[in-house]
Amino acid sequence: MTAFTKIPKQVEEILSSRREFLKTSGLFVVTLGAAAAGIATLMTDHSGAASPQAAGPYPDRDYRQLDSWIVIHENNTATFYVGKTDCGQGTGTAFRQMMSDELDIAYDKTACIMGSTDVTVDQGGSGGSDAIQTDGLPMRRVAAEARRVLLEMAATRFSVPVDQLVVANAVITVKADTAKRVTYGELIGGKRFSLALTGNNINAATGRAPMKPVQDLKIVGQSLQRYDIPPKVDGSLKWAVDMKLPGMVHARNVRPPFAGAKLLTIDESSVRSLPGFIRVVSKGNYVAVVCEREEQAVRAAVALKANWEKPATAPFPASEDLFKYMRSAGSQTSRANPAVTGNPDAAFSGAAQVLEAEYDVPFQGHTAFGPAHATADPSNGQMTIYSNDMKSYGMRNGVAEFLGMPRENVRVVWMEGPQAYGRTAADDAGFEAAYLAKEIGRPVRVQWMRHEETAWDTKGPAFTFKLRGALDNQGNLTAFDYDAQAADYNHLGYNEANTVLIAQLMGSRPRNPAGGGADRPSDMYEIPNRRVTTQVVGLPLVYETPLRTGNLRDPNGPQVTFASESFIDELAAAAKADPVEFRLKLLTASTTDDNAFRRARSIAVIKAAAQTFRWDTRPSPRPRGNGRILTGRGIAYTYRSQTVVAEIAEVEVNRETGHVWVKRMVCAHDCGLVINPEGLKRTVEGGMLHSLSRTLHEEVKFDTEKVTSIDWASHPTMTHLDTPETIDVVIVNGDPNPNRPDLPHYGAGETVCKPTLAAVANAIFDATGVRLRRVPFRDDRVLAALKAAKV
Amino acid sequence: MSNVTLRVNGTARTVDIDPSTPLLYILRNDLNLQGPRFGCGLGQCGACTVLVDGVATRSCITPTSSIRGEITTLEGLAKDGKLHPVQQAWIDEQVPQCGFCQNGQIMTAKALLDRTPNPTDVQIREGMARTLCRCMTYYRVQLAIKRAARTMRAGLDASKKEVTA
Repeated sequence: MTAFTKIPKQVEEILSSRREFLKTSGLFVVTLGAAAAGIATLMTDHSGAASPQAAGPYPDRDYRQLDSWIVIHENNTATFYVGKTDCGQGTGTAFRQMMSDELDIAYDKTACIMGSTDVTVDQGGSGGSDAIQTDGLPMRRVAAEARRVLLEMAATRFSVPVDQLVVANAVITVKADTAKRVTYGELIGGKRFSLALTGNNINAATGRAPMKPVQDLKIVGQSLQRYDIPPKVDGSLKWAVDMKLPGMVHARNVRPPFAGAKLLTIDESSVRSLPGFIRVVSKGNYVAVVCEREEQAVRAAVALKANWEKPATAPFPASEDLFKYMRSAGSQTSRANPAVTGNPDAAFSGAAQVLEAEYDVPFQGHTAFGPAHATADPSNGQMTIYSNDMKSYGMRNGVAEFLGMPRENVRVVWMEGPQAYGRTAADDAGFEAAYLAKEIGRPVRVQWMRHEETAWDTKGPAFTFKLRGALDNQGNLTAFDYDAQAADYNHLGYNEANTVLIAQLMGSRPRNPAGGGADRPSDMYEIPNRRVTTQVVGLPLVYETPLRTGNLRDPNGPQVTFASESFIDELAAAAKADPVEFRLKLLTASTTDDNAFRRARSIAVIKAAAQTFRWDTRPSPRPRGNGRILTGRGIAYTYRSQTVVAEIAEVEVNRETGHVWVKRMVCAHDCGLVINPEGLKRTVEGGMLHSLSRTLHEEVKFDTEKVTSIDWASHPTMTHLDTPETIDVVIVNGDPNPNRPDLPHYGAGETVCKPTLAAVANAIFDATGVRLRRVPFRDDRVLAALKAAKV
Repeated sequence: MSNVTLRVNGTARTVDIDPSTPLLYILRNDLNLQGPRFGCGLGQCGACTVLVDGVATRSCITPTSSIRGEITTLEGLAKDGKLHPVQQAWIDEQVPQCGFCQNGQIMTAKALLDRTPNPTDVQIREGMARTLCRCMTYYRVQLAIKRAARTMRAGLDASKKEVTA
């Protein structure tokens, strides 16, 4: 095994601090200088700068110690250590804003280290859009606690009570004698707080200090520029994909050519004489080639000859037969267990009008822009994985179990990577790199190829829906029957040692496959009679399948909301009601429960969207025009984890080609207290357009042997050509009731992914009178629907 | 393996490589220029874009032996410690989400603006159409291109004034 002889400079940079910060603060010099001189005990286990030199083991950071979260340096700057990763929404900037505000230090005197398992507490990495909503709270509390402790230290130093002190920009001053002042750095710089926190779990971590009330927050609410953007545009940021280590070799996987295929033989002579060839590594149906240079590994993986046996039965139906298969009796793996409110059957039998419609959403891929990758280093009998895994802590646990190593000998160094919004929750490449590094005994960098990523990544589950609705003779919605089936059996867990792809290919099987799930609509409509049925469908091939499902940005939300909010629109049209008015009516029911407040927030958001769009109140569809281009507008709304979103799309439909262009989008967004308004707007824009791509383009195609979507040509996605001309994001900050206190900070990101599909479908209906019930709305499918309706 | 000399970001660099290797691997692994990135290896997405004599070129499908001109990578856009106006516009507009594709967006936009200093919306859309982004930052990219175009035109006008004054 090799050992670190010299720390790669880029590792120092990554682990010590952020580049932009280094340039401005001098923190880097101080930290490394102190570590080199060995004068500060702090540096050996609290500073990220020292950690790459540490040979391991790498014990967990103790979330009950203030020192695990915050380090104050002698030059009066601070570094925050948080257990989150960023998926590209700039959460690191938001964490710094929140913690700087509570600590009373200028934002530009702080840095934030995220997600590396040996230097940050385990806050789970990222997922569920809960970084600000959930994890921001312990961050704020520990920063407030640090401020409290520093004030007490100053009170002791000046022999005055704490209430005789003021603090600003990390300087504490005696009110009565402003000559008496001391900086945080002078009080504790380079030393430990050695202060215990309380809390039964990391989300409950707290000291004694309360968080500041909203009106005292000064940095929160500012649209500060993201610190990670300058190094991303000047090329200086080192990403996980850029990792280089002394003695590092390169690996590429060789996947089964058919889903469920069994490896019979490998002809190693087909690659043995290739330049740089080191080894073929194979176990079960997992195969990889390892070479000295990257391009050599790419060529060897193509050249390797292997014999595979096709499975006896087809692994799945072809994609064009998928929905028929899903609707067939016997494909379900879970029991229908309807949740019923009121008496839907009675309401349906007494209805003036009953509507029924079916909707379909295909498998959609994560399709990371850069294929899966990781570099693993087996030096010193430890295992370090340099990875962009959003859930780095889970990968550490999973890899330790997978390799049979103690957890303390495994660490994951989190670095930035291409986002695929859930793909790295089960980060196959990290496990592969670690396995290969252990086998080879040298650092191994592995990267998937494009065809591999698009075909073999995790998929968002396909759905079929059957909806029924009852209207009375005044056009009121009296009953709603929702039946959803999701092809989600054996939904992938997070970095599990027995379910990541390499483990499946090697033959690992958990005792029971994960059940998966199908979701219900997330809205606040008051409908007296409801029946909600959700079921999971299984495909014949359960393991080692390229159609294994994982969490794709709001895992079931876009599919479910496509069906539910399209159908609400169909009901509005049947009631000859304006789509906005129809929704508002469903939200104005007076109840005394907490839902009344949620409905009030929903109403405020829908009205804000309509006002911004200058919505013209009338039923859909509009009277059809005679021109080549038909225009229309549609709305959809959702409520997710306390965040409320309404989106309006304006479309142009080309009746000759079937091409749909979403010309304008409006999003009204209420996630309570906003940390960084411009950052939130960018996040909302990106989320909506990601869903727009799923609306217009994305579908995983497969025959009865393999996935045939293998690159950007066979799996088209949104491009610059589809981009709306205008996007308006309206931040509806909070509470329609002035007598209530301000709302806390809720989550953002995934909620906006829900309504887009239905908003576009509803706009197309408004423009053309044609209802599209099957995603995506590619030109040929839209044109066929228009022709069938004689538009 | 053989010695190949490339002119990159204003410097001649000689590497001992298999000359048929795509330029991307040589830039990233031998010359430590990691602005260009692997996205597809098929020339479909643009993540690997570099400029060769000012022309946006997909380095993942370009054999190193075929390169005759001066290569500019993302790292070579800034001059004298000052970001290129396109890069500055990217910061001012806060374009990136994850940022992984932005090498392709920036380099393609730079070549577009050099060719077409005052692009129409249609020229921007069509000029950028083959440069993909998974975070769908297209809307901000287009705004940033217009911002950079304004800056660059203002710079040109200013320098013209100086010359004629």
